[in-house]
Amino acid sequence: MEEKLVKTCLHDRHVKLGALMSPFGGFDMPIQYKGITEEHNAVRHDVGVFDVSHMGEVRIKGPEAYKYVSHIFVNDVTGAPDGQIFYGMMCYENGGTVDDLLVYKVNDEEYFLVINAANIDKDVDWIKRNAEGFNCEVIDESPKYGEVAIQGPKAEETVEKVLGLSVKDIPFYNFQTFDIDGEEIIVSRTGYTGEDGFEVYGPHAYIQNVWDKLMEAGVQPCGLGCRDTLRFEVGLPLYGDELSDTITPIEASLSMFVKLDKPEFIGKEALAKQKAEGVKRRIVGIELEGTAVPRHGYPVEADGKQIGEVTTGYKSISTGKSVAMAMVDKPYDKLGTPVEIRIRKKTFPGKVVKKRFYEKNYKK
Amino acid sequence: MSKILDDIRYADSHEWVRLEGDIATVGITDYAQHALGDIVYVDMPEVGDEVTKGEDFGAVESVKAASDLLSPVSGEVVEINEALEDEPGLVNQDAFGNWIMKVKVNDPSEIDTLLDAAAYAKICEE
Repeated sequence: MEEKLVKTCLHDRHVKLGALMSPFGGFDMPIQYKGITEEHNAVRHDVGVFDVSHMGEVRIKGPEAYKYVSHIFVNDVTGAPDGQIFYGMMCYENGGTVDDLLVYKVNDEEYFLVINAANIDKDVDWIKRNAEGFNCEVIDESPKYGEVAIQGPKAEETVEKVLGLSVKDIPFYNFQTFDIDGEEIIVSRTGYTGEDGFEVYGPHAYIQNVWDKLMEAGVQPCGLGCRDTLRFEVGLPLYGDELSDTITPIEASLSMFVKLDKPEFIGKEALAKQKAEGVKRRIVGIELEGTAVPRHGYPVEADGKQIGEVTTGYKSISTGKSVAMAMVDKPYDKLGTPVEIRIRKKTFPGKVVKKRFYEKNYKK
Repeated sequence: MSKILDDIRYADSHEWVRLEGDIATVGITDYAQHALGDIVYVDMPEVGDEVTKGEDFGAVESVKAASDLLSPVSGEVVEINEALEDEPGLVNQDAFGNWIMKVKVNDPSEIDTLLDAAAYAKICEE
């Protein structure tokens, strides 16, 4: 059965560049152009650009927009200045994760949500369903927006010089809108790489123009292959690996984004209970001694039995070490606990470490 | 365009074999290394292991994925290329120069069942 894949507004450009294309979240996306290692290093040490037009965008607008966002979002947007962005999750009543997302506060009556490509249909349905009884509109703007992420230590300079946008005063996790030829362009200092960078949202024609300018300036195009190695090294979760409808944010070791002191939100009761009683399992980092490569789904063992499973693993491009994020049972989650990962027929020794394998380099 | 050598044999799973006497030298093809991208680990058998034609004897790992290696011959592993333990990327540089294992084959005539260069080239074109 052939799935009908969606093409982003930059699709023909990827094909022309000779990118290796692959299905991701229902879209036909570039995995790599030159090679994952080279693209990864461009972002860590210089600058790279990603087509992330597959991400979904939902606008919530109306007198009760604040009240509604507070109801579906585990983080707390109360009292935030306009232009601030929050990372967090939407959860089910049982605490399982609907999706992880960014919430852009336009003002108290308007929020802009950025959600995962693979979850657009599910999320839009969830957001619309729960909005009943709230005085606000839910608008799926995903088809309207293209999006590129410009990431790396030279991102600011690149956006200023090549795109002519004044972004140096945008603080970390904040955004600004620009009026360009009557079109609204959103630029935020955000990303998914652990480096400084910007995400630019706009109409397809504008995003195509941005891409072409960046290519002309010699900026390295980067595929989803290195997007994953980059986010992994700095311990950022990927929905489907570290989060899912059966994994709560507490189990994903992301409780810092769950504000249990909020009066109410969907899933609060289940998450508060989990936090109070302690989780039975959680996401940790594991570092192996050798260079065998752990992968999603490989068993984690200790004391002669399986105690968990790898959620993401790589031979880290930035550090050269074989490392993994894994969901392990308590009490094997403590730092320094010796564990083994089964890779094909053999097991390889390692230990539990912090899941930040490489230090973030944000400009705050 | 991937390189294909004329004087060796191939498996449709993209391993190559050079037979000298009853010793078969086995590696992965240039086409395979190219398709895999940056190789970060080669999981090799141990000397003394028995390998069987068509069954896995290890794996090559690129940044993104692991691919099983299928043995194109049956016999006993007599040597592995230890240089790949420290520098797996050698396979990307020269896939035919950087072999993975040497096998003392049970039946040297088994190699005749493998593809020649022309037949392998057709597979790569598909």
